[in-house]
Amino acid sequence: MDLFKRYFPVFSLLAVVVGIQVVTHFTETTYYLTQLTMSAYYSVVVIGLCVLMGYGGQISLGHAGFFAIGGYLAGALTTHNLITLKGHRLVSLLDNVGLLVDSKGLYGGDLLTVEPWAACIIAVLTAGLIAFAIGGPILKLKGHYLAMATLGFGIIIYRIALASAYFGEADGISEVPGFKLLPGIEVSGSFVSRVLNYYIAWGMVIVAVILLLNLIHSRVGRALRSIHGAEEAANAMGVNTARYKLYIFVLSAVFAALAGVFVTHYNGGIGPSEAGVMKSVRYVAIVAVGGMANIWGALIMGIVLNFLSLRGVFGSYDDAVFGVILIIIMLFAPQGILNINPGQKVKSLLSFFVSKSGEETTE
Amino acid sequence: MALLEIQNLNRRFGGLQAVNSVSFTMEQGMIKAVIGPNGAGKTTLFNLIAGNLPANSGNIFFNETKINGRKPYQIARLGLSRTYQNIKLFHGMTALENVMLGRHIRSKAGFVAGMLNLPWTWPEERMIRDKSMEYLDLLGVAGCADIEVSNLSFGQQRGIEFARALATEPTLLLLDEPAAGLNIYETAEIGRLISKIRESGITILLVEHDMSLVMDISDEIVVLSFGEKIAEDLPHNIQQNEEVIRVYLGDEG
Repeated sequence: MDLFKRYFPVFSLLAVVVGIQVVTHFTETTYYLTQLTMSAYYSVVVIGLCVLMGYGGQISLGHAGFFAIGGYLAGALTTHNLITLKGHRLVSLLDNVGLLVDSKGLYGGDLLTVEPWAACIIAVLTAGLIAFAIGGPILKLKGHYLAMATLGFGIIIYRIALASAYFGEADGISEVPGFKLLPGIEVSGSFVSRVLNYYIAWGMVIVAVILLLNLIHSRVGRALRSIHGAEEAANAMGVNTARYKLYIFVLSAVFAALAGVFVTHYNGGIGPSEAGVMKSVRYVAIVAVGGMANIWGALIMGIVLNFLSLRGVFGSYDDAVFGVILIIIMLFAPQGILNINPGQKVKSLLSFFVSKSGEETTE
Repeated sequence: MALLEIQNLNRRFGGLQAVNSVSFTMEQGMIKAVIGPNGAGKTTLFNLIAGNLPANSGNIFFNETKINGRKPYQIARLGLSRTYQNIKLFHGMTALENVMLGRHIRSKAGFVAGMLNLPWTWPEERMIRDKSMEYLDLLGVAGCADIEVSNLSFGQQRGIEFARALATEPTLLLLDEPAAGLNIYETAEIGRLISKIRESGITILLVEHDMSLVMDISDEIVVLSFGEKIAEDLPHNIQQNEEVIRVYLGDEG
């Protein structure tokens, strides 16, 4: 019965996903699917961050960094030509075990690049290892200090992406090939596979949601939430709080990196803006709007806000809009907009003005 | 050998000697109380035993294992549990979930098993839930099981904290002012409860200001003043102890 309650929304989500695809098919608005696909990937970052922030109680202003590590590594490995290094022992070894692919370049030259599957695994593992390495020391910090440390990490990744020739400096990486998950199933931005890619992205969201829902309802999930509730008491109950914080930090980093890999293959490239601090702030804002400890809230808000942003609704004020959203949420709906009780909000707003005028009269 | 043995324990905060060469031992199955005026170092002593603070010098042996220098979660796994003077519950979680955390060290489903919701974790989850309900029931707060703990009354919260501590099945239970903020009826109730817990074989060390409660239930009393142990004796001897009377009532008393 509990399981039914837990998974019922997942089935509803599946129905909505299919419903939207069918509607766009018949109304000939399939171009919406492109933004919905990308929103889905960004939402994977958001729900991972939601579990870290809302349930684990640890903030990260550096998740765009992990997204970028995934995206950039996958992009760089699958585009940089290794043909000149073909004689090298390591390269021929990789070639022999099938981790490299030969192909023809855009101008007819021979290309030798890393197979996308291998690149994906390398990228995600690297992000996980980096999260593990920096998570150990920085998760000892709390509150503002943790926010600043993760912010610093995000800035470092951004500057590396911007400064290194390997990652294409300000231009980023382009002409990233598609990612064949299985024969006939390829993550790419090609026009014909738009519907397929929409389902790949949403498949990933649904798997991610199920894994995270399971996690937060498990023994480990309870321990994570207890850290958020009262870390000292959690420790006294035998919970190795440092280890659990690290686990969830690494997990959310892996989710971000995986999304980065897929988005890069889908877009055929990645640029430094994906690593920017404003992206990290955006993810945090979306988790806050969704209600912090609410995977479904984070997911819905992740889709809606990213979709609007990608459709260009916010124009050049894009980043400003997310800043404003963050301020408004913190002021008026710290529990997230899905938890607003309109009657009570009006009352508290009224009392705010009443008490203000009251102060004036007493003075 | 004693269940808990404290040897020459010292802790300074800057120039203040909060705990000064304190030594005492506790036998299995007893109730021992630590009393003393405000600032005598009682809570510091608790934090040293539970591993929340490192000691400057001295040793603490629990079940013949040296525990000073260990992390609180490691000490908890050895069978030591505690409650706090100002209740520390997990906010944002229900009463039942709070107590279920007490079962953390008595269960083992890991990260991956939890994410995949593997079937072998289900019986364990059910066990955790059933056991936790029993402890809520024992404390008379089973009715609050599904209520988020911040919405509960002070007395109910204290009950849940007790249930959580008991759910770890400790051999030694540290109670930091269990009767603080309770009225005389609730205090008497807590006293009966503590005796009942002892009957189930759990050794109890408590800090308490309520003298009637302390005199009623403890087998032995340790008196601290300015970080030093000034007396350790049976309750009725402590009542006659001139040093203790002087510390509590002043020289002219």
